[in-house]
Amino acid sequence: SSWWSHVEMGPPDPILGVTEAFKRDTNSKKMNLGVGAYRDDNGKPYVLSCVRKAEAMIASKKMDKEYLPIAGLADFTRASAELALGENSEAFKSGRYVTVQGISGTGSLRIGANFLQRFFKSSRDVYLPKPSWGNHTPIFRDAGLQLQAYRYYDPKTCSLDFSGAMDDISKIPEKSIILLHACAHNPTGVDPRQEQWKEIAALVKKRNLLVYFDMAYQGFASGDINRDAWAVRYFIEQGINLVLSQSYAKNMGLYGERAGAFTVICSDAEEAKRVESQLKILIRPMYSNPPLNGARIASNILNTPDLRKEWLTEVKGMADRIISMRTQLVSNLKKEGSSHNWKHITDQIGMFCFTGLKPEQVERLIKEFSIYMTKDGRISVAGVTSGNVGYLAHAIHQVTK
Amino acid sequence: LAAYRTDEGQPWVLPVVKKVERMIAEDNSLNHEYLPILGLPEFRANASRIALGDDSPAIRESRIGSVQSLGGTGALRIGAEFLRRWYNGNNNTATPVYISAPSWENHNSVFVDAGFKDIRTYHYWDAAKRGLDLQGLLDDMEKAPEFSIFILHACAHNPTGTDPTPDQWKQIAAVMKRRFLFPFFDSAYQGFASGSLDKDAWAVRYFVSEGFELFCAQSFSKNFGLYNERVGNLTVVGKDADNVQRVLSQMEKIVRTTWSNPPSQGARIVATTLSSPQLFAEWYDNVKTMADRVLLMRSELRSRLESLGTPGTWNHITEQIGMFSFTGLNPKQVEYMIKEKHIYLMASGRINMCGLTTKNLDYVAKSIHEAVTKIQ
Repeated sequence: SSWWSHVEMGPPDPILGVTEAFKRDTNSKKMNLGVGAYRDDNGKPYVLSCVRKAEAMIASKKMDKEYLPIAGLADFTRASAELALGENSEAFKSGRYVTVQGISGTGSLRIGANFLQRFFKSSRDVYLPKPSWGNHTPIFRDAGLQLQAYRYYDPKTCSLDFSGAMDDISKIPEKSIILLHACAHNPTGVDPRQEQWKEIAALVKKRNLLVYFDMAYQGFASGDINRDAWAVRYFIEQGINLVLSQSYAKNMGLYGERAGAFTVICSDAEEAKRVESQLKILIRPMYSNPPLNGARIASNILNTPDLRKEWLTEVKGMADRIISMRTQLVSNLKKEGSSHNWKHITDQIGMFCFTGLKPEQVERLIKEFSIYMTKDGRISVAGVTSGNVGYLAHAIHQVTK
Repeated sequence: LAAYRTDEGQPWVLPVVKKVERMIAEDNSLNHEYLPILGLPEFRANASRIALGDDSPAIRESRIGSVQSLGGTGALRIGAEFLRRWYNGNNNTATPVYISAPSWENHNSVFVDAGFKDIRTYHYWDAAKRGLDLQGLLDDMEKAPEFSIFILHACAHNPTGTDPTPDQWKQIAAVMKRRFLFPFFDSAYQGFASGSLDKDAWAVRYFVSEGFELFCAQSFSKNFGLYNERVGNLTVVGKDADNVQRVLSQMEKIVRTTWSNPPSQGARIVATTLSSPQLFAEWYDNVKTMADRVLLMRSELRSRLESLGTPGTWNHITEQIGMFSFTGLNPKQVEYMIKEKHIYLMASGRINMCGLTTKNLDYVAKSIHEAVTKIQ
């Protein structure tokens, strides 16, 4: 007999299921709107030109393969902090922060979660927006924390339930942990406006909450890295010593290279050193030290003026294409004669869009039109192209008229 | 951290790795898309095949699984997290975990952070005879509670360099089978230790042939010189395909909250190399170069110490294997080496053989001679 007879089969990944079904479909018009990676207007993966150039630079240098320090590549972590906080940030210039390299967004979130579990003794509760990225919950749970929620998305309007969010946040017990999506909320695409962020900041400050920002789409949301980091920077300026996880998966297209970072804003540089020592103690028994390739590519791009400029243009290009697909989808729906209000499609931002479609309508889109998305009506706008946006609009109209 | 050095004392990027990296860089069909959660399929299959052998019955019977991991450490951690959740009951944090005395210092932290509450040591190094304390080890296994987990070094024990002989492994396996102890192998030096992949995997394969279900955490840091790309693999051997499938599905959940999916670059290099007969042969040659240099340094150091008439016996230097050697120097002698001779050893007397070169052998031998004769 086996040690593993009692081990249950893990539940199938819902998003993976979408992609599997898509692959099996033989309809030439099929669309995969579950994909969480950027696609160009031909529906193909896009390797940024600045990435190719950075790789060529790296290859020509013939560097060794020695272990990185536990906290990662220093040029990368410093550049990451500067990218998030802004070069003029007092917190950045004074050095009252620590940034460690993490395994893309997930790994960075997990380091932070483990760190809070070990050192944030005031509370075990992490408050997530409703809904949030599906993986947030198991990450915090596996780190030993408990999950709570605050209202966020209003399904009636397909936009932010601001009064509901403020109401719930005002009731969060002091010194709990609150997670906020810095920009391009996943999965809804619904972000607070700057005026709303200001009110949220004042409220979390009043409630003395520990703020954990997840920034996976800086630059990718609006096309402007400073605009997308506005909330993070504003909160820090308000004296909120937050923690932050960053990912370069989408904004640099470095998905499989796992480039990310986790930052703690501290009282001073001395505290930052102590925090760093504890982060290293957490990281070592996880994977010893992080992988170099993605971090070195990202570092080259951020630290080489020409490449950085090129990157900013390319990330804007990706964001612009997404925005343009949103616009085209809405105008095509109007052309189809749809009487519904689709404004939320262009109001929302980032890779994902909560269409407002119901499960039965999603089912029909899959079965009758071979258009694949998750049951919650979420589409990845990255999977839409000028070649198929018309077909998508037509199909959506058919199932909603 | 321990890394191979050439005779010039420099890091060494394997020629086959440089070649394959160029191939990858020039392949415009490749992109940076996410790997599957469990990793690059060609990497996983090849990595496990290297550990278990081309003719492994477990592979033939489709009862193996692989999880691409962030180095050997990552593989250990995923295995540990899985065992804590699913081994010996559900979420049984009380299952004793036995780690050799001494062992790689990170082993302890991996299992503690995975949630295990009862970490113990098993006898391993006999300082008096400078060798394996087999009787102590077997006694500990006899006394260990049933179902305890034992971390075994597949070869090139870190830090002592002292491995059980095949006969001794057979005795160890017999006790473990009788007492229902779980073997978790740490294989960080396959090929790097003796120059032979098969020889360095003998223990793991023997346990498989004895019908054990086991885990083997593999690292490609040393044998591919891919330290900073974090290339590792957790090989799972089970009773049958169905059990292994369920185990892997749960490991997937653990991976998803730890790093989501593993890094692509290092896995591509290893997969490309292992799946091409020509590149594989080149790699084997590169590995042998490293192993041979270390073996040469061992034999040169020993012969110098014996020529100098340095008190004590020095055969352990060539009997031990791998990157490290427990010289037998005591803390005071070590202090002398560091302070007076500027030769850096650990307080345990552990020396990194990769630090030896043809240029410094004489100096190191003379220094050891001085330390041993001047300091008791």
